[in-house]
Formats: sequence, C-alpha cells, structure tokens
Amino acid sequence: MKVSLFVTCLTDIFYPEVGKDTVELLERLGCEVDFPESQTCCGQPAFNSGYHKESIKVAKHMVKTFEGSDYVVTPSGSCAAMLKEYEKLLADDQAWQEKARALGEKTYELTEFLVDVLNEEDVGAAFHAKATYHTSCHMTRLLGVKDAPVKLLSKVEGLDLTSLPHGYDCCGFGGTFSVKMALISEQMADAKVKHIEETDADVLIGADAGCLMNIGGRLRRKGKPVKVMHIAQVLNRKEKR
Amino acid sequence: MGIRIGEKEFDKRVEKGLADSFMRSAVTEAQDRLRTGRLKAAEELGDWESWRDLGEEIRHHTMENLDFYLQQLSENVAKRGGHVFFAETAEKANEYIQQVVKEKQAKKVIKSKSMVTEEIGMNEALEDNGCEVIESDLGEYILQMDDQDPPSHIVAPALHKNKAQIRDVFRDKKGYVNNDIPEEMTRFAREQLRNEFLSADIGITGCNFAVAESGSISLVTNEGNARLVSALPKTQITVMGMERIVPTWEELDVLVSLLCRSAVGQKLTSYITGLTGPKEDGDVDGPDEFHLVIVDNGRSNILGTEFQEALHCIRCAACINVCPVYSHIGGHAYGSIYPGPIGAVLTPLLDEYENNKELPYASSLCAACTEACPVKIPLHELLIKHRQKIVEEAKKTEASERFAMKAFEWVASTPSLYNMGSKAASLAMSPFTKEGNISKGPGPLKPWTEIRDLPAPGKERFRDWYNKREKGGRRK
Repeated sequence: MKVSLFVTCLTDIFYPEVGKDTVELLERLGCEVDFPESQTCCGQPAFNSGYHKESIKVAKHMVKTFEGSDYVVTPSGSCAAMLKEYEKLLADDQAWQEKARALGEKTYELTEFLVDVLNEEDVGAAFHAKATYHTSCHMTRLLGVKDAPVKLLSKVEGLDLTSLPHGYDCCGFGGTFSVKMALISEQMADAKVKHIEETDADVLIGADAGCLMNIGGRLRRKGKPVKVMHIAQVLNRKEKR
Repeated sequence: MGIRIGEKEFDKRVEKGLADSFMRSAVTEAQDRLRTGRLKAAEELGDWESWRDLGEEIRHHTMENLDFYLQQLSENVAKRGGHVFFAETAEKANEYIQQVVKEKQAKKVIKSKSMVTEEIGMNEALEDNGCEVIESDLGEYILQMDDQDPPSHIVAPALHKNKAQIRDVFRDKKGYVNNDIPEEMTRFAREQLRNEFLSADIGITGCNFAVAESGSISLVTNEGNARLVSALPKTQITVMGMERIVPTWEELDVLVSLLCRSAVGQKLTSYITGLTGPKEDGDVDGPDEFHLVIVDNGRSNILGTEFQEALHCIRCAACINVCPVYSHIGGHAYGSIYPGPIGAVLTPLLDEYENNKELPYASSLCAACTEACPVKIPLHELLIKHRQKIVEEAKKTEASERFAMKAFEWVASTPSLYNMGSKAASLAMSPFTKEGNISKGPGPLKPWTEIRDLPAPGKERFRDWYNKREKGGRRK
C-alpha cells in the first residue's frame, strides 16, 4: 500500500524523531511511504485565528502537494482535521472544493489509519513502562478518532497504561490560544500536569505534537520527571528485557 | 444590569477570576457533578445522538420559519385573552412592563428566573421607578441579597458561591443564625419568600419555550417558584427572547427532554409548567391579566447570518459545564450575563464587538462545547467565525499579528521559503538553547516561554533525515 506522509511542521522542525518512527512503523507494517517534499503546514494557525484569506493559499498549496497520493497519513489528529476542513474553506471555487474533498477523504490520522485501514491493532511493539495517555481534543472531537490509540497501546507488550483523570479536558494548547490567553492556558496546563501526576505514570503518551509541546514544556518548567512521548515512538519501539 | 457586567477590561476580569480559589473550586465541583449527571441521563435515555439530531432539526426549522410561528403564537395568546407586545429593544420592553406596573399601581413584583430580564436590565428599570422587585429563584434570591452580585451561570446563577459564602450572605443581610447545611438555609429562604409571594402585585416569569399552536408558555424549574409567581399575583407578565418558541407540544416534548437532561441531568425537573392565557371561568388560580413581552433586542439581526445557529440555544448550559476555560476564570470574567462558550458567541452579537472583542479568543477551540450541545450548535466554529469577522470586517487585530499571518501565508505556500526558514530556525535559536530546550525565548516566543519550555529545533529536520536515508532502512 502506498502512503504519503504529511509529517506536519511541528514534527518536521521540533520532533523529527516522531516522523522517523512514523515512517519506520508504516514500513514495518508493509506500507510504501513517500514524503512529498513541497509540503509545509496545514494552515491551522492562520485559520483558527480568523485569517481565512491567508489560509486559503496554504490550503491550495497543500491540496496540490498531495494530489497524486493514494493515502495521506499524518501523526496529528489536529492537522488531519484541518486537511478535512479545506473542503469548506475552498467552497467558493467548485473545482478547488472538489480537489479539497478528495484530499479530505484520503487523509487519515496515524492511529486511525493503522486500526481502520490496515486493520492492525497489535503492531508488535514492546515498551516496559508505566504510562498514561492524553486524548487530544481535535482528534477525538473533530476527527472522531477515540478508540484507535487505546486499542493499539493496549497491545504493546509491557506497557502498563493507567487512564488519565479528567482526560476529556483540553491541555490548554489551542494553537495561538497558548500565547494569546497565556494565563488561562497556564492554568489548564497545570490542571493537566496535576492529573498526570495523580496517575503515577512515568511516561505521558500523546498523539499530537501541539499538545505534547504544551504539556511537555510545562512539565519541564515545573521540574517534573515525567517523560513525554508521541504514540508513534511507542508503537515503533521494540526493547529487549 | 443589562448584558454587560463587571469591570471593563477583560484582562482584569480574568485575573480576578484566576485569583479566586473559592470560586474556582466551587465551579470545578459543580462542573464535575453536572457533567456526570448529563452523561448518565443521556445514556439512560439511549440513542442520544438521534435525539440531538432531532433537537437540531426542530430548532433549525423553527428559526427558518420564525416569523410564521411568532405570528401564530401572538394570535393564539390574544385569542385566549392575553396581551402580546413585541419589543424591538430592551428600552421598549422595559417601557411596556413599566406601563403595566403603573396601570396596576404595583408596589411589588415577584419574579421567577429569567435571563432575558437580566439582559434588558428590567429589575433596575423597575426599581428606578419605585417598584420593589423580588427574585424567587433561590440562586437569584441569594445574588440579589448579596448587593446584586451578577449571575455567573445561566442555569445555576450562584454557582460561583459555596455554601459557607451563602450562609454569610444570609447572616449579614437577613439575620440568619443557623449553620451552612443547604436544607436549613433553603428552609429559611422559603419562609422569607412565602411572604413576598403573598404580598406581590405582579408576577414576572421568563419562558423556556412558548408553544405557537396553543399560545402557551412553558416553565421548567426545580423549586416550584415559577408556579407561585404565575398563580398568586393578579397580573402576570412573561418575558421571552423571540427565539424561545416551538411550533407544537410535540416539539416541546423533545426539547424539554433534551433541556432537563443537558442542564441538570434529570429526566424531568420537578416542575414543568404549561400556561395558556389568563385565568378562565372555573379556574381556581392564575392571573386575571396576562402579558407576553417578546424581546428582539438584536436577535433579528442574527437571523439569516452565519451566526443564526446561535439562536438555536435552549439555555441548558451544557457547553458552560464542560468548558475548561470557564472552569478556571468563572462566569464573571466573560463580562456578560451569558458566559462560557455560548456567551462568547452570543454576547458580541447582542452587544457589540468593541466591548467584547476578547471573548471569541477565550477558547482553546477544544470543541467540548460543540460535543455537549444538545441541539448541535457548532460553538467552536462560530467562535472562529467571530475571529474571522474581527480580522476581515472589524479589522481589530494588531498590525504585528496581521503582518505575521501574511508572512505565514507566504512561507507556508512557498516550499523554498519554508525550507529556508525551517532550516534557519535551529541556528537562530541556538543562542537561547540549553540542553535542547529554550526557557527564555526572544520576541514572539516570549509569551510561550514565560510559562513553558520550548524544545529547541534540532540541526536535522525530519526532511533532512528522510532525504538522506536508504529507502526501507531502519535505524534500530
């Protein structure tokens, strides 16, 4: 199966390891992965801030970038949801809207792709740790991907997964919200940190770089020893005991 | 009071909210309880998503045909001997209500809970003209007693207060001497209120939904106070927002089912009251005179716009009860009697952008509100639409932000620029980087790093690695 990776700008620049693990994981499961090099960012920072004219140009660029792909897979529910938003964003131009719809239909968040398209739940990973999983808002609520990550994680050998209290609450990232409403964002991040600590987990697993950047950054600032990992890093992990 | 409450500046209101640990723990506790109750009630009913679809359809249909149903409603109210007044503005609504008060030479008005009367500032208008107004909803009664503390929630107006604070209000203002057991305090309030009911000249109620086919109004309460308000005084005035209407009793059934479960996690509240016109021959109670005041106050300007769905709201507060932003800053920080996600959508529409320009940004767009709404209002999308309007029409965003977004557009649609920029990031950040992290970022990174560390961009981006690697090769 041919898969195009949309790595996302955050992963490309800040978390290259997550991208590497995503590629290796998909290849290990039999996919042929390509990386259309002209890809940039999904445009969400502008779109969510109300700069829709600015995001239209970015959307069109991304539609063109992935025009020849069979599947577009991305390790971010939020960016996947944005790609699916293009159809509405480009509604003023029917030809572009058609193309945007086609992109939306072939776009999958990584765990959704593994479980729903590849039908894989046990990806043969092993990771001995006590962990908890942070559900990302856009992935669960906008994309509707709720069970896939937990299905996959429950099959990871050695992983002791505790559910995160108040898991439904946002971590306070929200893109530009994190800097525009910094004081409120800080309180939301602190509530998340507190709930993570309640689980006694050594590792926080998430599926969206934005959330992980926010929670991880706050954990580090507060000197908490909890390690933050993207789910692709966990699923591509094989360790000897 | 009017729609706007509290200090003028949003930042100050937020700081005040964040510093109020009593309020925050009271709010968090209540949110947990209400959220759990709602989910349980929805599960018991079963097929919740179909109920939501039906709710959305009913609201959509009603708003699309609002003129028809309002006409039908007013004709049917008149047929049953009631008086109907369409108030275009808050002022006109207050003028009409005062005229009734004057005609009846009323000295005292008893009220059941109504957000729209808060919106139009009815209490002040009446009090300025020498008429005493008594709130009979327990929450509103507490707030009124506490020097007109504004409501912080549309269903539970005194949500921001805990029981000890309520005891103190009762003690200081009414000479209450007992403890802070809720039952004790409620008994005390009930005794106080009973006399007010008996001596009031006019009863004023809100309206959960009017029923167009019969000219009825419905009231959903847990305290039974609305029944006394509508049964004892000789004159009843009901004030409703013009969108609070259903075509028939069948739709009322659906919406009340959604409302009670979403608001308080109950199948039905203790009292669901349907009232049609004034007392008729043979009725044992009810008012001799019935007035229905239908308030527009900016609503018709929302009809037909991209914000029309905001008028679908049935005021259940489910969105408020799940909002993590509301949880930390509390209702007063919104500066509006309509707080939380629906308040952030509605207030700039009913009031204006100028005074409320921060509200659409007071959301992380986590969409918990949209997920909770029983009539499927896409609240987070409406917040983005507000932002779009602020950018494109009101042009209220800062020049630096507009410049940054223009630059973003350019970079993110031009691969060569993106490539250059993302490659340069590591070098540019290196003076600020320590152990792979940035804890004091320059310029635009400052607001981020004041609160959290930022991982430093590495020398090798993902794409650099990808281009170098051997196809299918593994690192480990």
